[in-house]
Amino acid sequence: MQEETFKDYLGKIAPRGRTMLLPALLEAQSVFGYISKEIATEIGEALKVPFADISGVIEFYSMLFAEPTGETIIRVCTSPSCSARGGKDVHQQILTELDLLKDGATADGKYFVEHVQCLGLCDKAPSALVNEISLGEITSEKVFDPQDEVKTNIYAKDPVITKRIGKVDPYSLNDYLAQEGFLSFPNALQIGPEKMIECMADSGILGRGGASFPTKMKWEGAANAEGEQKYIVCNADEAEPGTFKDRIILENDPFTVLEGMLIGGYAIGASKGYIYVRGEYPKVQKTFQAAIETAREAGYLGENILGSDFDFDIELRSGAGAYICGEETALFESIEGKRGFPRLKPPFPTTHGLFQKPTVINNVETFANISLLFRIGVDAYRSYGTEKSSGPWLFSVSGDIAKPGIYEITSPTTLRELLEQAGGMRDEKNLQAILLGGAAGKFVHPDQLDVRLTQEDARAAGLTLGSGAVVVLSEDVNLKETLADLGHFFAHESCGKCYPCQLGTQRQAEILDRNLAGSPLNGDFSRLEDVGWTMTDASLCGLGQTAASAVLSAMEHFPEQFGAEK
Amino acid sequence: MSDKIILTIDGQEIQAPQDSTIQQVLESINKPAPLICAHEATTPEGLCRQCVVEVEGWRVLAPSCVTKINEGMVIHTASERVIRSRRTILEMLNASVDLSEAPELQEQMDEFGADRERFPHAKTREQEVKDDNPFFVRDYEKCLMCWRCVQACGDDIQYTYSISVGGRGFESKISTFFDSPMPETSCVFCGNCVAVCPTNALKSKTEFFMEQGLDYDEIRREKRAEKKKMGGGK
Repeated sequence: MQEETFKDYLGKIAPRGRTMLLPALLEAQSVFGYISKEIATEIGEALKVPFADISGVIEFYSMLFAEPTGETIIRVCTSPSCSARGGKDVHQQILTELDLLKDGATADGKYFVEHVQCLGLCDKAPSALVNEISLGEITSEKVFDPQDEVKTNIYAKDPVITKRIGKVDPYSLNDYLAQEGFLSFPNALQIGPEKMIECMADSGILGRGGASFPTKMKWEGAANAEGEQKYIVCNADEAEPGTFKDRIILENDPFTVLEGMLIGGYAIGASKGYIYVRGEYPKVQKTFQAAIETAREAGYLGENILGSDFDFDIELRSGAGAYICGEETALFESIEGKRGFPRLKPPFPTTHGLFQKPTVINNVETFANISLLFRIGVDAYRSYGTEKSSGPWLFSVSGDIAKPGIYEITSPTTLRELLEQAGGMRDEKNLQAILLGGAAGKFVHPDQLDVRLTQEDARAAGLTLGSGAVVVLSEDVNLKETLADLGHFFAHESCGKCYPCQLGTQRQAEILDRNLAGSPLNGDFSRLEDVGWTMTDASLCGLGQTAASAVLSAMEHFPEQFGAEK
Repeated sequence: MSDKIILTIDGQEIQAPQDSTIQQVLESINKPAPLICAHEATTPEGLCRQCVVEVEGWRVLAPSCVTKINEGMVIHTASERVIRSRRTILEMLNASVDLSEAPELQEQMDEFGADRERFPHAKTREQEVKDDNPFFVRDYEKCLMCWRCVQACGDDIQYTYSISVGGRGFESKISTFFDSPMPETSCVFCGNCVAVCPTNALKSKTEFFMEQGLDYDEIRREKRAEKKKMGGGK
């Protein structure tokens, strides 16, 4: 029965070829619990993908399995925010209760347990994903009786990007319309693509995915690129440890992102958009898929939108467990049905993006800002933020803080003020360090709290805001353990393409493990420096180039954490 | 046709054709950057990063093999950052992979002063030799993931697609469909993968037998028996 249904499904998607490989593998994983050689053969034949490549793809994505798993898959987060709040202990308790010595399936095939990297539930640490249910503040009891009840707190003095959150039903288009929804796109239609890009330039809007690249440059490049077919891609592969703002936007206000994509499509002349949502966010996928369908029924997607000659539609794609797919070109490769290897640049996505066509790829929060910009106009947009970091900015605050959650900042705020807004340290502990910008960010010393949270101030202080992750670590946290966690994170997530990162993330993790175990070797400090700088200087993509960022900053601020002699 | 542009390499002003890569210019002045993954028959992917050079004003080092030159570029081929990266890549590689049959890598380690014992207690790619066909063996303990075999098997030479890059990160490997033995894959035993392998991870069966001290007749007998077992079709 299942077999037949799956065959029908394959028949339906077969004409699209290799781009459907990841959807097909995810479907097989969901229907059969794993991807057998027989099913992989059927998929390869249907989509005309070489068999060896199918194994290569299955092995690349950590949510795909070539061996049977279990009826219930329990994924326990052990990345820094969760680890600092006991995630590893709960993981161990779950294994013990199920009589498992290590990650894997129970003998009766009922459960499959694994520890995973950030699930984007950092404010509710420690967290887990049980099949498709996200759980916060987990205990081993909660994991065996999972209830969907995670609710993230949003804090904003002057809510702008977050203003609809909690006030609209994310499934209701009428709610969105009642709260100034779909006012931006008509404005865009009215001024036309050329003026739109001017407007983008005047707004000074910067990308919110972590690199803070001027969004206007991408739009202009793709708008001017030759080619009939162009694409808009929304990067919803949020996976930077400590970051959960994109999840919050998409779960609560999906139409604003959809409208931003629509505006982008019109500006660059794209008729198709993709949104790539990480596999660990099933609720986001469900919410956004519903938004696409509702918008299509109401005529906001499809042909001749709002009576114009503009056609545009959006397809949602799921990731399958690979942090690297947040890198823009790796994300394209993934949509194309390949291993998520980042590409060499140049050429850049604006001319050679998805399917080698001109493409604009922006982050979720960026699209929400675009919606906002075309609703309120440049002057109003610029009334938020600073000259060089215009607009509202979201920060994901987690760790040992009294009120973890999403903080929207619309006027210059220092890190110290943000911590005060967040109620100060949890249990009145002393602050040891802040991991700012996620795993790819840097450690901030308590002496540095007066830095303003703007791009220009962070840069001047030698810091990076990255994707806005603020992980607060109290004196109780074993920093050596945090460092070892970061080491394991990058070793697990390195794609393996270039040597500095493939080898360096492994060597870095080995040295940080020795450091944690209290048995460093003489020379480990300089080994870490050489490995770190080699990754930073010579790696192919942003993952490798930042894989040592936090470690090197810790070596600068907290040299006492590295026991060995140089 | 090809306009010349001017750039500076290690203080020396050079004129070079506009579309050149840095490596092409370096070759033209007899100063080629060291290479690991590159091969004339396969598409450059910029994997090994051993050919990196420092370009003034650039945040990160540039891989010579795939970076095009620009007017006025100022390049340093032996700066501290360049040498540190090259040396460390070799040291990390030597800690993971058996490079004993890769003389070019041995020379590079000498040239860049790599400490062959720099990373003690490091995880290695130690594993059993895969000996599953009469034509070649796969000793992946020697594999440094240059991808040349996958490229030769695929779009660059043979269009057979029997092998792919599998795993991820340090656990990356060259794999077949569900780890099938070579005779059960689409492999046509053309030998192109063996020809492009830089470390002897892929080795002809004859060479493999000779190393084990078999004489000509013994090798012939062994290979004939294996071919018979395989079904003779190929």
